[in-house]
Amino acid sequence: MNSSLRIAGALFATVEFSFGQNVHSVANMFRPQATPADSVYNVSMLMLAICAAIFVVVGGLLTFTIVRFRRRKADDPREPAQVYGSNRIEIAWTVIPVLIVLVLGMATARAVVEVQDKRMPADALKVTVIGHQWWWEFRYPDLGIVTANELHVPLSTAAKPAVAALRLESADVAHSFWVPQLAGKTDVIPGITNTMWIDPRQQGTFLGNCAEYCGMQHANMLIRVIVESPAEFERWVAEQKLDATADPRVAAARATFLSLNCINCHTVSGTEAKGTFGPDLSHLMSRTTLGSGMIPNTQENLRAWIKDPQAIKRGNLMPNLQLNSRELDEVVKYLSSLK
Amino acid sequence: MTPSIAANATGALQETGALKQPEWTLPDRGRVAVFCLFTTEFALFSIFVVAYIFYIGKSLSGPMPSQVLELPIWATICLLSSSITVAIAERALKSNQIQRFKVWTGVTILLGLEFLRNTAVEWSHLIRDFHLTISTNLFGTTFYSLVGLHASHVAIGLMLLLLAFVLGLRGSMRGQARRFELLAWYWHFVDAVWVAVFTVVYVIGR
Amino acid sequence: MPSRLHEWVVTVDHKRLGILYIATALIFFAVAGVLAALMRLQLAYPNATFLPPDVFNRLFTMHGTTMVFLVGMPFFAGLANYLTPLMIGARDMAFPRLNAFGFWIFLFGGILLYLSYVTGEGLAGHGTAPDVGWFAYAPLTERAFSRGTSTDYWILSIILTGIGTTASAINVIATIVSMRCKGMTLARMPLFVWLMLVVSSMVLFALPPLTAGQVMLLLDRYLGAHFFDTQAGGSAVLWQHFFWVFGHPEVYILMLPGFACASEIIPVFSRKPMFGRPAMIGATIGIGMLSSGVWAHHMFSVGMTASSNIYFAVASMAVGIPTGIKIFNWLGTMYGGKIRFDTPMLFCIGFLFQFLIAGLTGVMLAVAPFDWQVTDSYFVVAHFHYVLLGGLLFTLFGALYYWFPKATGKMLSETLGKWHFWLLVIGFHLTFDTLHFAGILGMPRRIYTYAPGRGWETLNLIASIGVIFQAAGVACLVWNIIRSLRKGKPAGNDPWDAWTLEWATSSPPSDYNFAVLPEVRSSRPLWDLKHPEDPDWRYE
Repeated sequence: MNSSLRIAGALFATVEFSFGQNVHSVANMFRPQATPADSVYNVSMLMLAICAAIFVVVGGLLTFTIVRFRRRKADDPREPAQVYGSNRIEIAWTVIPVLIVLVLGMATARAVVEVQDKRMPADALKVTVIGHQWWWEFRYPDLGIVTANELHVPLSTAAKPAVAALRLESADVAHSFWVPQLAGKTDVIPGITNTMWIDPRQQGTFLGNCAEYCGMQHANMLIRVIVESPAEFERWVAEQKLDATADPRVAAARATFLSLNCINCHTVSGTEAKGTFGPDLSHLMSRTTLGSGMIPNTQENLRAWIKDPQAIKRGNLMPNLQLNSRELDEVVKYLSSLK
Repeated sequence: MTPSIAANATGALQETGALKQPEWTLPDRGRVAVFCLFTTEFALFSIFVVAYIFYIGKSLSGPMPSQVLELPIWATICLLSSSITVAIAERALKSNQIQRFKVWTGVTILLGLEFLRNTAVEWSHLIRDFHLTISTNLFGTTFYSLVGLHASHVAIGLMLLLLAFVLGLRGSMRGQARRFELLAWYWHFVDAVWVAVFTVVYVIGR
Repeated sequence: MPSRLHEWVVTVDHKRLGILYIATALIFFAVAGVLAALMRLQLAYPNATFLPPDVFNRLFTMHGTTMVFLVGMPFFAGLANYLTPLMIGARDMAFPRLNAFGFWIFLFGGILLYLSYVTGEGLAGHGTAPDVGWFAYAPLTERAFSRGTSTDYWILSIILTGIGTTASAINVIATIVSMRCKGMTLARMPLFVWLMLVVSSMVLFALPPLTAGQVMLLLDRYLGAHFFDTQAGGSAVLWQHFFWVFGHPEVYILMLPGFACASEIIPVFSRKPMFGRPAMIGATIGIGMLSSGVWAHHMFSVGMTASSNIYFAVASMAVGIPTGIKIFNWLGTMYGGKIRFDTPMLFCIGFLFQFLIAGLTGVMLAVAPFDWQVTDSYFVVAHFHYVLLGGLLFTLFGALYYWFPKATGKMLSETLGKWHFWLLVIGFHLTFDTLHFAGILGMPRRIYTYAPGRGWETLNLIASIGVIFQAAGVACLVWNIIRSLRKGKPAGNDPWDAWTLEWATSSPPSDYNFAVLPEVRSSRPLWDLKHPEDPDWRYE
């Protein structure tokens, strides 16, 4: 019971946490910050205008009819005129919807092509997104970087446009990659490679979710897209490219870590830990959350997670390794050094 | 239209004016029902056929159709001619020739059994000699499910035909031509499906 | 067995079976409603710990599966089986025993689904009932990711209820085609009967893809087949195609019986014939046909080519045209009438406004780029609840108030009916109007909890409060039924002054429906009888 109180505390901390550090925590699709989301926004505005007009007209007619033609007490008992139809009216109210569909259809076609058939520029940043139950793997093949849950991309400006071209693959079941302010969602399906692209024009962290039910912890498979200035992005790339920090002060802790089963699932670059089932831990401390966006990445949370991942994210595929207190301390000590 | 006088249900005479309704005949409900059954079965088989066609050439491993499948000519002859024999039986029952009906129903059953025997031989050959099962690869999956779905329909048809035959032996089929017609239609449907399955699996798919 | 219970168990009378279907549907509706209430309780606050994730995931799976297969479908079967013979002047359905078979296999399928709570095993012993969502995408449903047998309960129960539905559909078609009374040409059939004919035809085409998919999934899970096994080259998207080839016509199969009821109620309470009857029939057939060509609008985010997405977008907008026309026809029926606001009509008016909105959000979802944002979010959840709750359920409740007197001989209380209506309206709008916005703000569906600070808290709290009103409304209905069965006002043959043949029988009708099979000359035979100076057959 003690641990669940701590977990509640950790989760609560997320509240304060998400408002800091320039996080766009409300993912409103009507506040687009990238071109694909803009295309959606534009056609959606036309669609909303048309639908609103239809609603006002038809709803208004309905309201008028109900009020005007209600039976009144003073009504004589005769039935009203039995009108069977009107060819002219019926043709009119068939033709008008057909025209509306044509207009909306053309606008839709244009937006679809704009987003789906866009040619990727030669200098687009290539990222491979791999969906796992219940975390996201991000690989930058040209840069030799592997990370998890937080996708760093450079800011795109009019002067220097920066497109990130994403290839979407799944390691297990169907997922969906959705960051509303940047683009519509694209499904992540095993056996298929889907593609999408984003060119965010505002700095900060954009939030997203997995949007295809993928099992127990579908709710906690969050996405963070971190948009940085080109300079900051280069700095991040440089840090990620390095092998994991080999701090001599934690050499003993490192040895403990490497002797445990952790290495069967996790990779720490430059060590014997080469597992690929779980997230790459080489630069764990450079990430802001643990558990794919569930809790802030603090020492205390890290300890709680490793002690019993099931208590925080029930059903997730990291087992409780039953570490004793010393092993736990050592592992936390070591991982905390992986900047 | 000539005005006519029609008796309504209470027996009183009533002039129906320009609306001429001399007879009120509607289609036979059994035929309508069986026709609906064909529609729904057609849709069912279509999905398995679509799956079969979709997965042609997509198996990652294992025996390929061209390596293991032989045209089931004899089985096809048996099944298609059983359509002829069941039609003869149907005609016989309609004209109350019970003996003839029994004979030709029996022949139909034998032809159907021979078809199924052929399928069984083919499958045991595939399993034993080529190690092709439903779980071997996509070809195995789609082959056994489609051909098996059809074979199960043949089996059901045979059970019904056997029932008709036994009832015929007991003398209970006199006057049941209408019902047997529906069974014969079902049998023709099963044969038509076989033509489609044969084409997709043994001709196109190979 | 007490003889009255025995009568109900062995009955092949279409009226008894109709009542059994509807009563069972109402019971499953209450159960699924409780499941929904539990979910809304969990979602009322961020990071709530009322329900663990596995329980929540089973709840939304069971809620969806129950509402579609164990509430919507039996309502269709119940209404069609009860009313069709009466409306066409026949004494029973074409195949009474098939009718009984259809009911009992449906009931067995429903019980089997819920038996999973008691006997199924789930992932690592955690689960019991299925937890794969009501449309169960592969490969989540494959053995590797759904261990235990909970998914199999889902598969088997759907196969069984599907057989029952198909049996009903065949029976309805055969009855309508072969057993109409003299003079009732297809053109003179009540619109209710027309709509049931179209629905039944759609069932014949739409159910097999579902059944086929279920069988394929079963083969994958038990015989090692690879239909949807992506490791062996199988396709997860193929499941989606098969499912939605069923799933899209299915939502029309669910909704059209609601249209059928509205098309009977609105003219009677407006005191005018249906405006543009031939167009209504044509539009219905159009919907039936077009709806089989739009399924992949559920798959816009799957990665289809631009041309495919554009085709399905435009086709989906196109199917909105005949649907919209129907609203205009109902409007035209009311226009110039003398509208009575008895409870059946209140529910139909609620339906008209709500279905208008539902249809418009549907057109929005047809705009593929917009769908890329809001599919799999609470916007789409709000949309389909608008269709099925705001649209279908309102018409079904209207139908209940309209035909209850015929089936039981007693009127339902108008006062309780109005309470039922208004509580439901308030609750429905509190819940589902707000959920549209949650989707626009990025809230995906099928999540058991959410973090604060995303803009979702207030919306979810309001949505959850709406449940209280909806529950209160349904409680009024239940109380109304119980009370009226005992001491409702006697209804007489024709309490609403209506025009179709069922109102020419006693309330409830005798076992044989009609002592003398009627003969008709127009689509409103009772209007002709009541107004010999101005009969319909002069104008039809």
